[in-house]
Amino acid sequence: MEILFAITLGIMTACGVYLVLRARIFSVVLGLTLLSYAVNLFIFSMGRLTSGAPAVIGSVAEHADPLPQALVLTAIVIGFAMTAFVLVLALRNLKLSNTDHVDSQEPTP
Amino acid sequence: MNHLLILPIVLPLLVGSFLVLGHRLKINAKRYLSVFSCILLLFFAVALLHLAGDGQIRLYVLGGWQPPFGIVLMLDRLAAVMLLANAVLALLVLLYAIRGVDESGPNFHALFQFQLLGINGAFLTGDLFNLFVFFEILLIASYALLVWDNSRAQLKAGMHYVLLNLVGSAIFLIGISLLYGVTGTLNMADLAGRVASAEESVTPLLAAAGFLLLIVFGLKAAMLPLHFWLPATYAAAVGPVAALFAIMTKVGLYAILRVFSLIFGDSAGPIANFAQAWLWGLAGLTIIMGSLGLLAARSLQHVLSYLVIVSVGTLLAGFSLGTVHSLSGMLYYLLHSTWVMGGLFLLVDLVARQRGSAAGALITTSAVRQPLLLGSLFFMAAIAVVGLPPFSGFLGKLMLLQAAEGYQRFMLWPILLIGGFVALVVLSRAGSLVFWRSKDPVELVLVPKADKVQFIACLTLLLTSVLLVVLANPLLHYLQATAEQLLDVAPYLDLIKRGDA
Repeated sequence: MEILFAITLGIMTACGVYLVLRARIFSVVLGLTLLSYAVNLFIFSMGRLTSGAPAVIGSVAEHADPLPQALVLTAIVIGFAMTAFVLVLALRNLKLSNTDHVDSQEPTP
Repeated sequence: MNHLLILPIVLPLLVGSFLVLGHRLKINAKRYLSVFSCILLLFFAVALLHLAGDGQIRLYVLGGWQPPFGIVLMLDRLAAVMLLANAVLALLVLLYAIRGVDESGPNFHALFQFQLLGINGAFLTGDLFNLFVFFEILLIASYALLVWDNSRAQLKAGMHYVLLNLVGSAIFLIGISLLYGVTGTLNMADLAGRVASAEESVTPLLAAAGFLLLIVFGLKAAMLPLHFWLPATYAAAVGPVAALFAIMTKVGLYAILRVFSLIFGDSAGPIANFAQAWLWGLAGLTIIMGSLGLLAARSLQHVLSYLVIVSVGTLLAGFSLGTVHSLSGMLYYLLHSTWVMGGLFLLVDLVARQRGSAAGALITTSAVRQPLLLGSLFFMAAIAVVGLPPFSGFLGKLMLLQAAEGYQRFMLWPILLIGGFVALVVLSRAGSLVFWRSKDPVELVLVPKADKVQFIACLTLLLTSVLLVVLANPLLHYLQATAEQLLDVAPYLDLIKRGDA
């Protein structure tokens, strides 16, 4: 499971980084979203990968670490808010400069 | 448990939330509330400074969860000093902002309070993940404050700033969770203990996490090569916001100071103080790049932005030397550069308002309305920021220069002194262009004089430089004790009474 998980994370991060470097606002937002998914999964995996283990201590012999789950929850909320803010900023920028390039102007070839 | 510890976080949170709910309140009511909150914050900061002065490290255990399990706030001398730096700057910047800047939108004061909440929280927290949360709070407030005027330059700079910081947050999270995965804790003091007793096999992972954190904090602190966002951002922001941002790079510096002296400090075994070696080189390069940028700057705001970068490099150099003397000199310089840079941003805003459409651009245009008043203030501020006597910049730089020994002296002295010289040249060129080499003052009648309150706020912030010199003796005693406390990791480790230890 670890290897599959690691490969998934790697691909997601690579796609995220590639999209962020596209310098067009829509791809950048998608890239950031992918990146934050990858990060969230990474946080999750840092509590060790187990399946079918509840995050409650005492009820069963083997339990999952509850802390990374709480951290992921926080990270998701923050990431969501930030993405929303970026989108609003991007729309305002688009209106003002008529381009979706992150530099607010088309690159001169 | 002393409840004073949490007040610098709770107060701006409550006031900010109230201001959001009452966004239809009259602007004056909002102003009074916001200023009142900032005055209280200043009192809290002084009280905490006094409290931390006995050298004890205090914990505030949120929810009564025994550390290391819950989130804790941690007050030591360093945190108290940083709180004071923030409180003084915030109050004076707010006094400047209430004379008109806050009128172009409904929520300036709420955002301002949330920004303070994030900054104070970052200084007080003793938990790494909590530090991330407070970083995000201060960042999202700063995003909104940065694009306050909705001008094209602001939106462009804001876009870059927001995107960079989002990527930074992702890296921050990876670093934090890596540390958690290896050590199983996020409490800073507990982390320090676990890193100290970590097995040889996980050392590379710990170092990787440390480097990731260094990248993130370096991005916030605008350390080379992560400083490219800063000049455009600070130059685009409205005056008081740029002045408040003078503390933002210091938040990154504080995080570097905290994490790399406590968690990866002397006690960290094979990776002890690994960041300092990197920071030493990067600090020198940051100063050089900042100085080059100064020479190329085309507006007063850009000049100030590059001065911020130079000061970041200077502070990093002080930290990477890693002795009690260099650290106390660095903290002194930190107070100086926070307040004087804040004052300079306000002053340049005052000047730019009197230059019509030219604003801060370094071009020949009609004279300012009050050349003598603003000019002499600019002269004084320039001397203070460059580091010439009799102001605090001189003392700070002198202490840093003296702290360097051996080969470090051969590197630091030329870089710091030539950097200072370049700043002197650039500031005198800018000053003479703006105040002397001006065309006939045709539009004089159209430009209003500087607002009294704004002028006093700006003057007070600049005069802290004099105050720092007058109070240098007691202050340096305190900062010396701060540096000693910071370098002595053992008391922090004792904070965590571990069951299995």
